[in-house]
Amino acid sequence: MSKHVKTLAVAGAVAAALTAHSTTAVNAQAQEKCFGVSLAGENDCAAGPGTSCAGTSTVDYQGNAWTLVEAGTCSDIELPAMADGTAREGSLEALDRDLPA
Amino acid sequence: MGQSDFTHALLDPAAAIPNGVIDPQGLPTPKRFAVYRNNVAVSLTDALEAAFPVIVKLVGPEFFRAMVGVYLRQYPPTSPLMMFYGDQMPDFLKTFEPAQKIPYLPDIARLEQAMRQSYHAADAQPIQPSVLQDMPPDQLMGSYLHLAPAVRVISSPWPIYAIWQFNMAADAPKPEMRAEDVLITRPEYDPYLTLLPPGATLFLEASKDMSFGEAYEQATKIVPDFDLTSTLGALIAGGAITAISEIPK
Repeated sequence: MSKHVKTLAVAGAVAAALTAHSTTAVNAQAQEKCFGVSLAGENDCAAGPGTSCAGTSTVDYQGNAWTLVEAGTCSDIELPAMADGTAREGSLEALDRDLPA
Repeated sequence: MGQSDFTHALLDPAAAIPNGVIDPQGLPTPKRFAVYRNNVAVSLTDALEAAFPVIVKLVGPEFFRAMVGVYLRQYPPTSPLMMFYGDQMPDFLKTFEPAQKIPYLPDIARLEQAMRQSYHAADAQPIQPSVLQDMPPDQLMGSYLHLAPAVRVISSPWPIYAIWQFNMAADAPKPEMRAEDVLITRPEYDPYLTLLPPGATLFLEASKDMSFGEAYEQATKIVPDFDLTSTLGALIAGGAITAISEIPK
């Protein structure tokens, strides 16, 4: 691609991005509320709910709960394991059909 | 008793009560110390639970709390800023044996930690999109993109964007196996995730010390159909561009 053609391609992409931005600005704002995550209040020493009663125990959460791993949503996700870290190229393959529907 | 003895006893439930921890009668107070010790562990556990909500959902809250009981003893806080506590979580998850069944956990932890960094990053004023429009294309090609401090890019061989959405957004579809790169911006107060098209991380990485045109060339060399439009669209919508300048950042 010549320098001139490349510049034209970039100019086109910039124009398209700006057009898309001006037409979707309203939608984007609505979406943001929906996906927003509040990460506030993490720095207050967490002397909050549950602390005082949990603190009456002499042993904290050191129990062995590893068998409970299926309790989370990871069991709903089931992705194929990676082959020795080289599978990035092949990772666009669709999922196997043995997944729960 | 030195401070390090005290700290050691705080994090090791099997350790003896430190000398000098006494009640008004001068007697050792193992129960009082145990309460204090437990509060330290519980509050660090709570902080990590707030920090990694998707990891909590993926492994379940009981597993998570048991796991971070190990984590907080291996990596006690090195700073009083709890908002950043958890930096070693991705590395910890790579080697923590009971979590090996779920190989994408470390990358999800990287994403969640990056979102916290983004949340707490310095404010910056984004450019008006019209600046891009008004700049002659030749000048743009030779200019440098300056990005806001809240911008982060996380690349993964796993569908980290889809997994995050599946756990945090209503009606998100089930993740499908593919590599995903995620852009974190902070258009208002909360970090916002955008799935990046292939080649965008190359472009953004190259943009750190190359001009717009050079970075574009770098990306298209490896990903010929690199989608600059959607990449720029994500940056503009996220208020991620703070300047387009003749000098590198």
